[in-house]
Amino acid sequence: MALDGSLERLRREGHIVVVGASLAGLRAAETLREEGFTGTLTLIGDEPYEPYDRPPLSKQVLLGRVPVDHTALPRRLAIDARWRLGVAATGLDMAAKRVALADGTSVEYDRLLIATGVRSRPWPNELEAGLDGVFTLRTRDDAARLVHRLRAGPRRVLVIGAGFTGSEIASVCRERELPVTVAERGPAPLVGALGGVIGEVAAELQHEHGVDLRCGVMVTGLEGDGAGRLRRAHFSDGDALEAEVAVVALGATRNTEWLAGSGLAAGPRGIACDAGCRAFDIRGIVADDVFVAGDVARSPHPLFGYQFLSLEHWGNAVAQAEVAAHNMISPGERRRPHLWTPYFWSAQFGVNIKSVGVPNMADQVIVSQGSLGEHRFTAAYGYQGRVIAAVTFDQAKWLEFYQRQIEQAAPFPPPFTAVDRRPEGMRPVPAGFPDPSVPTHGPEVTVSGHSPTDQRVTFTPA
Amino acid sequence: MTSVSLLGQILDHANRADPYPLYAELRRTPVVRDEFGPYLVSTYWEIHSLLHDPRVSSDVRHLAPEARTTVSTDDPDLPPSFIRLDPPDHDRLRRLIMRTYGPPHTPRRVYDLRGEISSIVSDLIDRFQGRDRIDLVEDFSYPFPVTVICRLLGVPHEDEQRFHGWADTVATAIEPPVGTPEERQAHREAVREARHQLAAYLSGLIDQRRRAPRDDMISGLATDRGADESPMSLPEMLSNLTLLLIAGHETTVNIISNGMLTLLRHLDALERLRADPDLIFPLVEELLRFEPPVQLLPERTTLDDIEIAGTTIPKGASLWLVPASGNRDPQRFPEPDRFRPDRPDNQHFGFGSGIHNCIGAPLARLEAQAALTELVRRLDNPRLVEDPPPYRRNAVLRGPRHLAIAYDGLKR
Repeated sequence: MALDGSLERLRREGHIVVVGASLAGLRAAETLREEGFTGTLTLIGDEPYEPYDRPPLSKQVLLGRVPVDHTALPRRLAIDARWRLGVAATGLDMAAKRVALADGTSVEYDRLLIATGVRSRPWPNELEAGLDGVFTLRTRDDAARLVHRLRAGPRRVLVIGAGFTGSEIASVCRERELPVTVAERGPAPLVGALGGVIGEVAAELQHEHGVDLRCGVMVTGLEGDGAGRLRRAHFSDGDALEAEVAVVALGATRNTEWLAGSGLAAGPRGIACDAGCRAFDIRGIVADDVFVAGDVARSPHPLFGYQFLSLEHWGNAVAQAEVAAHNMISPGERRRPHLWTPYFWSAQFGVNIKSVGVPNMADQVIVSQGSLGEHRFTAAYGYQGRVIAAVTFDQAKWLEFYQRQIEQAAPFPPPFTAVDRRPEGMRPVPAGFPDPSVPTHGPEVTVSGHSPTDQRVTFTPA
Repeated sequence: MTSVSLLGQILDHANRADPYPLYAELRRTPVVRDEFGPYLVSTYWEIHSLLHDPRVSSDVRHLAPEARTTVSTDDPDLPPSFIRLDPPDHDRLRRLIMRTYGPPHTPRRVYDLRGEISSIVSDLIDRFQGRDRIDLVEDFSYPFPVTVICRLLGVPHEDEQRFHGWADTVATAIEPPVGTPEERQAHREAVREARHQLAAYLSGLIDQRRRAPRDDMISGLATDRGADESPMSLPEMLSNLTLLLIAGHETTVNIISNGMLTLLRHLDALERLRADPDLIFPLVEELLRFEPPVQLLPERTTLDDIEIAGTTIPKGASLWLVPASGNRDPQRFPEPDRFRPDRPDNQHFGFGSGIHNCIGAPLARLEAQAALTELVRRLDNPRLVEDPPPYRRNAVLRGPRHLAIAYDGLKR
């Protein structure tokens, strides 16, 4: 089937601009070349580094096993791109098809891919955030600064927020034999992502590894000494703690501010796009030449009632980038939908945690294999009588089976006999997710309704 | 339905040289109950799905006695090895082995064998000097992995020959029985005797290493106190060490023999490898797909009814998965019958998949990469003397019994 003339021209000599030079941006660029795009390709990134991998930053890099500059992403093929690194995109003019950059220049495009991702949510008090010893962890530079400080052997590290990143940092501190306190507003670590039942196991892991875990408290203030160095943290329960290092791990914020006024349906929840990764404008109409992929995207998913999902997952960035790139240079009938089943992993306290599906949509959970007490198990999550997610602690090899259960809308609780099904795994219990309007942290799945132009986010407390 | 049992034909030694047309026939019905009794599963995605299905058990004790078709390699006087167990027992034993075999506790165990592997390869090839023909199986494939596994476990060099003999006999037990009832009985007796001798030998070695540990796996197992669970008992060690010995030995013999056979049938690939030794990495993966050393995974059991590919396999059925057929499934691999040394997207079943995924895979890869690269580099103008070569009886662990190769000279 012949391509129409304009698409053929785009593939041959068009200009594709990718904003965001991280995992999604790089994989999209590679896919474009793999699928025969021979025109000009420009990659714009606000960091000065070539694309690198983030998962190791909170694990091997913090442990000092891998130098921070050894995290570059492997290249699958030469992409022959123009790189604009260390320059943030600051605006988008869709009518003129032009991206404005922080250095005052601009780049015109025929097709645009937005993959600007997320950044870590900063400590809300700017003065306190500026204290020497207060860190966040999202970028290479963040990791370099933090690992340098951990290597110096601080007397105590405070981790604020026990989502996945916070828990992984606490795990690294214990492996480095550093005293660590974790402060979590919720009733248990990982509770926003995995619910209270599994959160309880995460809490046990922290206790067993010597973490001073404090749940149900908020850090109300960070106090510096005369030289501007962090020395103490104050808690909502009135307690105070001496600490030289505090890592703020309160989740992420989507990098969409630069799109303000562009007319795209972009807001704090991300940029809405259709299943084919085409961005919606604020009228709810898809833009023909603007595509979205990775953490910054929110797109409708058929497995979850066509609600829009935002996924801060490594695998989603790869899969969505490949679909977006394919669709950017394919005619309508050859385009593909992004139907990826949410999937992520974490490594902490010697345990490999993996999750498939959307646990935080669930109302019930059942331990279908293994045992919570042994910290080795597979938990299936149910929503209105069907399997909606599964989480494994050191049992990742079963996850594919549960993924198929989710994809086939299999009944919940699982009725079958399986290996290692224990008496405790015969009865489902409430999954124990906190109020969804409370912001959570960590590789996050956010289900955000049916409207592409919904830009409201209500945080509790405000 | 087939009128002649396809499983019977697959097990028939006459079809050993080329079972692939039979697998293609089998794939016409992805899940089929064979006249022999078991359900055969031959297509990629169905095998993949069942290898990850917690309703499928590897524990033969779940199988009705009349449904059992093979003689176990396990000693009836010892507890089952972890390949024949389900979680949580399987997981505990596998974890305990991994503690002294691989990351995170012992990340260098396999890696540090590289130097030794390459000198074993060189020594064996040096012995080809002054000849113009070898039997690759006898002269190379057999002695090579048994030497490596002895080093890994910590078996002294002088005992390797005895080891080889026991391993050979015990491994035949995995074959479906053939011959008259008397022959079958004699076979069982021979296997039993070899198992006992091997166990007695290993007991002595474990005892020695417990008192004076060295840097080897037997010392690791003998001295490990476990983390949060009980360490391996002596019977468990005997059972699982026997398994590692057999599984680590017989399969590697076959991948090397199958590998050279395949390269000598595809001289363009052999020349490419000679010019570009880095080709060995994807090439070994393609070999594992094209001629997998483990052709069949017999005797798994369903713990519940399983609906798959339009068929319901009832609870308690005997399940035979055919990974060598899945590896040739055109629904998964384009041009599956073509040997493509640089094949992309090659997620084969050469090492199985799921919780029983081959524990020796990292070692087997190193062995195959080192052996084939060096054989190809040093043999001048190698060629097959006989094609197809004679095959061993075993249909599960399939490979040539002899592989005569003629050559013009030996490079340094």
